[in-house]
Amino acid sequence: MSVVVRTIARILVPVALLFGGYVILHGHLTPGGGFQGGAVAASAVALLLVAFGTSAVKGLKSPLSVLEDLGGVAFVVLGFLGIGYTFFFNVLAGSGGLFGAPVAPGPNPGYLNTGGTLPPMNWAVGFKVIGGLGAVVVLFALFGGGDDR
Amino acid sequence: MNLTVHAPILAIAVPLLGAFALPLWGKLGRSLRDLWLLLVAAATAALVALVAVQVYTTGIQVYTLGAAWPRDTLAPGGFPIRIILAVDALGAFMGLIATLVALVGFAYAARYLAEEEGKTLALTLGTLLWAGMLGMAFTGDLFNLFVFFEVTSIAACGLVGYRTWTSRGPEAAFKTMVLYTVGGLFFLLAIALLYGEYGALNLAHLARLLRGSTVDRVALALLLGGLLMKVGAVPVHMWAPDAYGEAPAHGVVLLVANTQVSLYALFRILFTLYGGLSDPGVGWLVVGMGALTLLVASLMAVVQMDLGRLVAFGAVSQIGFMLLGVGVGLTTVASRPGYGLLALRGGIFHMLNDALAIGLLFLAVGAVERAAGGRNLGSLGGLGHNLKWTSGFFFLGALALAGIPPLNGFASKLMIYQGSFLLSPILSALAILASILLLAVFVRAFQGAFLGPRLGKPDPVPVPMLIAMGALALGVLFLGLFPDLVVRHLVTPAADALWTGREVYLQAVLGR
Repeated sequence: MSVVVRTIARILVPVALLFGGYVILHGHLTPGGGFQGGAVAASAVALLLVAFGTSAVKGLKSPLSVLEDLGGVAFVVLGFLGIGYTFFFNVLAGSGGLFGAPVAPGPNPGYLNTGGTLPPMNWAVGFKVIGGLGAVVVLFALFGGGDDR
Repeated sequence: MNLTVHAPILAIAVPLLGAFALPLWGKLGRSLRDLWLLLVAAATAALVALVAVQVYTTGIQVYTLGAAWPRDTLAPGGFPIRIILAVDALGAFMGLIATLVALVGFAYAARYLAEEEGKTLALTLGTLLWAGMLGMAFTGDLFNLFVFFEVTSIAACGLVGYRTWTSRGPEAAFKTMVLYTVGGLFFLLAIALLYGEYGALNLAHLARLLRGSTVDRVALALLLGGLLMKVGAVPVHMWAPDAYGEAPAHGVVLLVANTQVSLYALFRILFTLYGGLSDPGVGWLVVGMGALTLLVASLMAVVQMDLGRLVAFGAVSQIGFMLLGVGVGLTTVASRPGYGLLALRGGIFHMLNDALAIGLLFLAVGAVERAAGGRNLGSLGGLGHNLKWTSGFFFLGALALAGIPPLNGFASKLMIYQGSFLLSPILSALAILASILLLAVFVRAFQGAFLGPRLGKPDPVPVPMLIAMGALALGVLFLGLFPDLVVRHLVTPAADALWTGREVYLQAVLGR
């Protein structure tokens, strides 16, 4: 692709990753969450592919698929955290630690440090989606034939 | 941690965790991966067995995810909003079938799949499919039924398209994916309609709320349509022969179990969700689909020259028998409970028998394909000289599927014939005709592939594959010789759970 596209891509890839991370991080407060944020972040991989061609993303296949597996494992493990009560029980909510602040009653703008196990679960899903969608994009590039821009 | 209480969710979470972690172990080493799979499979099987024992001895097991304690199904307002698992005798029965098939499939896959083809991925998808089937069998929530429906769909399509180096594998996977996705969308639309009308997703809660409005009927039609696509009943069966023909044999047996679990979801919706609105028209519809399926599929089997597709049409026709049995049950159980329950039991018993017999046939076809390098009946022949065990297993499975006494297919088919005779003797006659056609088809297939002069020297079949087939063959013989034992202790409680156990199910979840 032309130098214009490549320059813009260099600027936009970090922005896409950052915005994806933002959507994942605020999943328990605002619309969005792990899946949506992960899809946004995975679009960075697509951008890399379009701007720099197959050779730029070839090496990402293996790390992305490992990331996907780790995300899936992390999600189920987070579910197991609550097994002392029930599977998926929110043990971190209100505990005072990370994401454990008590939720303020009444209307409020929403506080990031709440939600208990929900934000970590959003991250697990987010990593799974980044890994999964990113790997799919890379595979399309690898099997897509000789059109290497 | 009280293992007995948590067993229903652990039976789903353990294979899910196992599936996600399997590729990671695969990267570290093959023996570590196999050890992990063995561990996960053993743990899951033990958990499912524990759930089944609990259900059959103490009644319905209810589990609420994320609540302070597992039986805490109701939110402060007095209605269920959390993810709830509700395992009754039928759910446990389906869990047992899925587990049996998965264990046999993995034992078979140990030597059937080659490493360089991507064995790790096939095992991962198989484990994921198993987890999805257990989820469908155990869930007590309409939306989670859809979620697990999709989990099984995606894993199943991955398995169908496993042979990426052939052109027909991905084509079959695409066809299957289209049908599964359309079915899934029907299902989702029905859920949206019901949720819009009642604001509830829990099966038991919805069952209490349903009034039989036009929207409810539209939702029922969509649910029926979506699930029949997944099940492979005749007008929408075209994915099944392709998928069964192209998937690797260990995946095919899982696919067969998956259609049966989808059939279970259909029965759950017809009886538990819509059981309060008795409408014989729906029963007749299911009967009609069943009769059409068993007849058309067995007629289609007659003309097949590919051994895999031939057995696949046999598998589709068996779905017709199950639909017929349960449809007859649905039509008559309210007016004549004796006959209705007999037909229901026949249909549900036939699920187990079919899983064993058709599983045995598909595994034998896989062994033939591997040993002789092809499946075309025109070029096969004389395999019985070398593959003595495999030909014996194929013969046994074929006779069982055609309903020849004293094998297991006879036991359940007789119950279906008897039950449907009351509704209309024509139905029994059609079912018997389909069985006779299947017998003719399988005799021809057996003669074509295994008898006759020796045509070449086939490769020997590895021992783990023979053990897997042997386990199913023992099951076929045991169920055929002692059907009474299984019907009394496993099938009757499962069939009763659908009809007489409906109120118990609702009370177990709702507490009132």
